[in-house]
Amino acid sequence: MAQSQVRQLRRKSFPFHILVFLAPGLLIYFVFMCIPLLDSLRLGLFATDGGVEQFVGLDNFVRLTSDPDWAPRFWSALGHSLVFFLINMLVQNPIALLLAALLASMGRSGAVYRTLIFAPTVLSLVITAFLWSLLLSPLWGLPKTILTPIGLAAFARPWLGLESTALPTLALMSIWQFIGVPVILYYAALIAIPNDFVEAAYVDGATGWDVFWRIKLPLILPVVGIVALMTFIFNFNAFDVVYAVKGALAGPNFASDTMMTFFYRTFFGYELQQPNPTMGAAIAGTSFAILMVGALFYIFVWQRRTQTYEM
Amino acid sequence: MDRAVPITKMTASTGTRKSYARTRYINGLIKHAILIFFCLLAIVPTAIIVVNSFKTRDAIFSEPYRLPTQETFSMQGYETVQERSDFVVYYRNSAIVTLTSLFLILLFGAMISFALAEYRFAGNSLILLILLAGIIVPIRLGSVSILRIMVSLQLVNTLVALILVYTAQGLPLAVFVLTQFFRQVPRDLKDSARIDGASEYRVFWLVVPLVTPAIATVAALTIIPIWNDIWFPLILAPGEATRTVTMGAQQFLGQFANDWNAVLAALTMSAVPILILYFVFSRQLLRGLTSGALK
Repeated sequence: MAQSQVRQLRRKSFPFHILVFLAPGLLIYFVFMCIPLLDSLRLGLFATDGGVEQFVGLDNFVRLTSDPDWAPRFWSALGHSLVFFLINMLVQNPIALLLAALLASMGRSGAVYRTLIFAPTVLSLVITAFLWSLLLSPLWGLPKTILTPIGLAAFARPWLGLESTALPTLALMSIWQFIGVPVILYYAALIAIPNDFVEAAYVDGATGWDVFWRIKLPLILPVVGIVALMTFIFNFNAFDVVYAVKGALAGPNFASDTMMTFFYRTFFGYELQQPNPTMGAAIAGTSFAILMVGALFYIFVWQRRTQTYEM
Repeated sequence: MDRAVPITKMTASTGTRKSYARTRYINGLIKHAILIFFCLLAIVPTAIIVVNSFKTRDAIFSEPYRLPTQETFSMQGYETVQERSDFVVYYRNSAIVTLTSLFLILLFGAMISFALAEYRFAGNSLILLILLAGIIVPIRLGSVSILRIMVSLQLVNTLVALILVYTAQGLPLAVFVLTQFFRQVPRDLKDSARIDGASEYRVFWLVVPLVTPAIATVAALTIIPIWNDIWFPLILAPGEATRTVTMGAQQFLGQFANDWNAVLAALTMSAVPILILYFVFSRQLLRGLTSGALK
């Protein structure tokens, strides 16, 4: 009786209050995120000719990938973005997993470690970038004072200034800042594993090493996948750290130019370069497509293959 | 753990028991050594910058690892920053943008999540799907059109532009976390309120306090990227009056690159207040992130 009354009441007042709940948030989300993203994809198919936008199909993308004015910058930026992502993926995530495993094994007493390891994450990447470029500056010479006593003085070089080392150095700065995020995610997953599983394995004579590789790691594989996807999305679009240290020209000689710095210079203009919104939109569209490939790979390959265990 | 060990422990001779204890002790030491190393790696770089910001230029170069003494102490860098920039304004701008966006994300996010979790209506799952897509698509890729929209709304160089973009950017994750929590609120509770004559809006406000842990998680996830962003201030609000801390510091540091005292002071002023806030709230923040990660 009461149930049906409630149901009736709800049906009667159905549309309007739902609209009130949804409208403000969705309006902002659509106007400032969905529509701009779709409009950017559309703009990538246009070119500005004497102030008039004209539909040119895939011309912009052809120019990006093969026109001598654009292609070298485009391919180098794409390559750098992928390298930047791979360095983050291969250095940050294993170290984060190690730290998380150590933290998870010590229970509450690890709180101080957790707090300190996460601390750099709250800094702005721009601040981190400047901070490290000072610390690494040959003028100040701190790497030299640290490396000389251990006989590695030869390694103290201007890492940020050399074409071969600029990009990896920037990637390491970014890792220094963000490693706390995967540490916390792995840690949360590891402490959620019920003790029974682990104890049962120990009773059966497993070593700590076995337990980690055969029990804990398989159980947290879904989180490993999510962290990998996050690493990809975040680092493929690296901008802040490059811009802060190297400006939008991403020197030396474009050695640290990523898709985002390339995108920024193109659509916004920088120094002598005139803004070119449609070409910029084409670059954004390309990034978008590559990110989608990564996301779909995650959803259809990784998620399908990894089993999620109810714990 | 203890239940697991006895079998070996009981059968083992005293000698191996001792060696077992020793291995355990050494393992523990290695664990702590690794963690201490990474903690130092996380903290020392910032500490070097902060310490040196209080020294004379000569001392910065001659004794970078020493604390300032009476002779080497200097506030010169801070004086330059004080004269040539306006960190008070930068902090105020960052605070306005971050807190307003956070408030809007939490309010609108909770409203959407409540509606999606509570009512069945056409388009419910479509709306959720479109919102979830926003978690993986970076809003920066829409910058060309966002700039155009802001120009046509005459919002360039206003804090409102930043607030709107950050709200749009933060909503997907908020909805993702909050809908899951709203779904767990017992139905009886809401229905009994309805029988007592409460409107749907009233029911919403009754339920919100029950999802406070989720709201804390969303706040923890949302606040740091907004505070630290450089992309949108650079594109939408580069003007002097609307500079955020990150933007202001970036401009100042670029301009005064050769004045080491000023650069160190500006870095300290941008980093230290945030780190202090972090250490005060770190327990809540990390708890929020940890429980959010489990969902």
